[in-house]
Amino acid sequence: MPVITYREALNLALREEMRRDPRVFIMGEEVGLYEGAYKVTQGLLKEFGAKRVIDTPISESGFTGVGIGAAMAGLRPVVEMMTFNFAILALDQIVNSAAKLLYMSGGQYNIPLVIRGPGGPAHQLAAQHSQSMESYFCHVPGLKVVRPSTPEDAKGLLKSAIRDENPVIFIEAETLYGMKGEVPDDPEFLIPLGQAVVRRQGSDVTVIAYMGMMYRVMEVADELEKEGISIEVVDPRTLRPMDTETILNSVRKTHRAVVAEAGAGFAGMGSEIAAFITENAFDDLDAPVERVTGANAPMPYAKNLEQAKTPSKEKIIEAIRSVAYV
Amino acid sequence: MSAENIRAVDAELGQQLLKEMLLIRRFEEKSAEMYALGKIGGFLHLYIGQEAVAVGAISTIGRDDYAIASYRDHGHCLAKGADPKRVMAELFGRRDGLSKGKGGSMHLFDRSVNFMGGHAIVGQHLPLAAGVGFAIKYEGKDQVILCFFGDGAVPEGEFHEAMNLSALWKLPVVYICENNRYAMGTEIHRALSQTDVYKFSAAYGIPGEAVDGMDVLAVRESVARAVERARREKTPALIEARTYRFRGHSMRDPSAAIYRTKEEVEREKQRDPIALFRDRLVKDNLLSEMEWQTIEKEVTEIVEEAVIFADNSPEPPLEWLLTDVYRESGSGVRGSGFADPPEPR
Repeated sequence: MPVITYREALNLALREEMRRDPRVFIMGEEVGLYEGAYKVTQGLLKEFGAKRVIDTPISESGFTGVGIGAAMAGLRPVVEMMTFNFAILALDQIVNSAAKLLYMSGGQYNIPLVIRGPGGPAHQLAAQHSQSMESYFCHVPGLKVVRPSTPEDAKGLLKSAIRDENPVIFIEAETLYGMKGEVPDDPEFLIPLGQAVVRRQGSDVTVIAYMGMMYRVMEVADELEKEGISIEVVDPRTLRPMDTETILNSVRKTHRAVVAEAGAGFAGMGSEIAAFITENAFDDLDAPVERVTGANAPMPYAKNLEQAKTPSKEKIIEAIRSVAYV
Repeated sequence: MSAENIRAVDAELGQQLLKEMLLIRRFEEKSAEMYALGKIGGFLHLYIGQEAVAVGAISTIGRDDYAIASYRDHGHCLAKGADPKRVMAELFGRRDGLSKGKGGSMHLFDRSVNFMGGHAIVGQHLPLAAGVGFAIKYEGKDQVILCFFGDGAVPEGEFHEAMNLSALWKLPVVYICENNRYAMGTEIHRALSQTDVYKFSAAYGIPGEAVDGMDVLAVRESVARAVERARREKTPALIEARTYRFRGHSMRDPSAAIYRTKEEVEREKQRDPIALFRDRLVKDNLLSEMEWQTIEKEVTEIVEEAVIFADNSPEPPLEWLLTDVYRESGSGVRGSGFADPPEPR
């Protein structure tokens, strides 16, 4: 199987879907001539031309609205946010238009639209360019939310997102773009939305994590293995709709659960996951569900403070020990 | 049709335009009654006084063309050809409403006549209109979209973003600002540094003009010219239709007298677009007293039927609470529970 980067996997997904379906196009800031601020769209302008690879001015609300309107009229747009932080400018269009048009129109207008770009903590980009926003979008009925952790997932999930009939918020990560992994080159390789994956089998504690936190948890699992603590790592991949079945099956096996997320903890993803585990598997639990979250503060610039903002391995280990009573 | 002879109306067309305006007027007067009776809830924004804009503008496009509006949308939806029965059922929140009772007054949609809503965040639908224009151009079609909004949308960033993108990408969108001089209770000079809305077109390098929004033929002429250009040259336009809302901002603003004087409202009512046009048709021998009475009778019947239909339509079943939140992928069909709409009027 070819080994390519996460960035190349996204690029391949876009190419394959644009080749397959002439209604698919990509628009956003610097996606064409500049080939993407993070080079995800490299070479697309050359292959597909300016009709289908559209450089926009800095008008996030405007061009997101254009994407939604184009979807109402039958196209299948992919809108790139240079970083997801800028999607806040388009939040009205995402929440009040994209997510609700199908419902408000009584099923007449669905919005097959992907909004994609990097999000989550990056490296010393400070408060406005480094934050986890998935819980904002997850709160909105009508949106699907994807966070792909590996190059393989990046390709398979982006292709499914483009083929989906609903608006999909697809949040990548600056810190993962260079990561390499095996990625199937089959143009029909798809990973369905709403399907979690067990990254590591274990028997003592279930840890639910995605993106950078998932890799940190995998390292922790290796370390704790030496002590004889067996960790099962579940990566939801799609946060809405969430594959609650895979998570609950794992918890029913291990009887202990920790949720680790980079975002601020208050009303975060961990709150939701911990709540549904407690509601649905309370009798299976041998300990209360623990959350490990980012600090409830904006992202600082200083390196040491930045490191302290996202959960460390030590904090994850502490939470695991707490639920395992060891 | 060409813009040059558009003012030359014959009796048939003149009476058609008059009837469409009167239908909106009577439909909304009835809606106000139904609101008072508690049959309609929430916000109800009446279009009374502005009928010449929707009717004049939409009379220049075909069924295959698109229209999109703000939350004051009954008039545009009816003028685009939606069935008044299903519009009233939507206002009543019933299952046979255009949006199955899920949208209400502010969110009327009718895909069968390319009426794309009913959007209630001010300025929000202007980029959507640009997106529809983008899709038309992308697919090499020659349709156009008319986008209706109030003067209250002009200070919004989305107005300016949509103007810029439409001009930059040459999209076939005709933006029609219905300047009724009040954004809710804020008079235009308290909201805009430039109160001649059409002048914003110059900044974006697109055609723009002001037109008397109380004169259905003047609106028709101006919009027809913009539509023709949009089709032929893929050029957007900004038309400012100067009009007036005779009623309050919504039914919750019944007196509408805090921010404007009674004298002003009475003076503006002298420009009633329906009365003016009726008198003109009579003067030009295009409408007899008998014909006027027939129109009134027909319109009244349509509205009465709409109320009976809406009243008899059941409430939406509770299962519909959770349908149409997501569309199943690959189903290629409308959301579950959707009843195909009957043929439009």
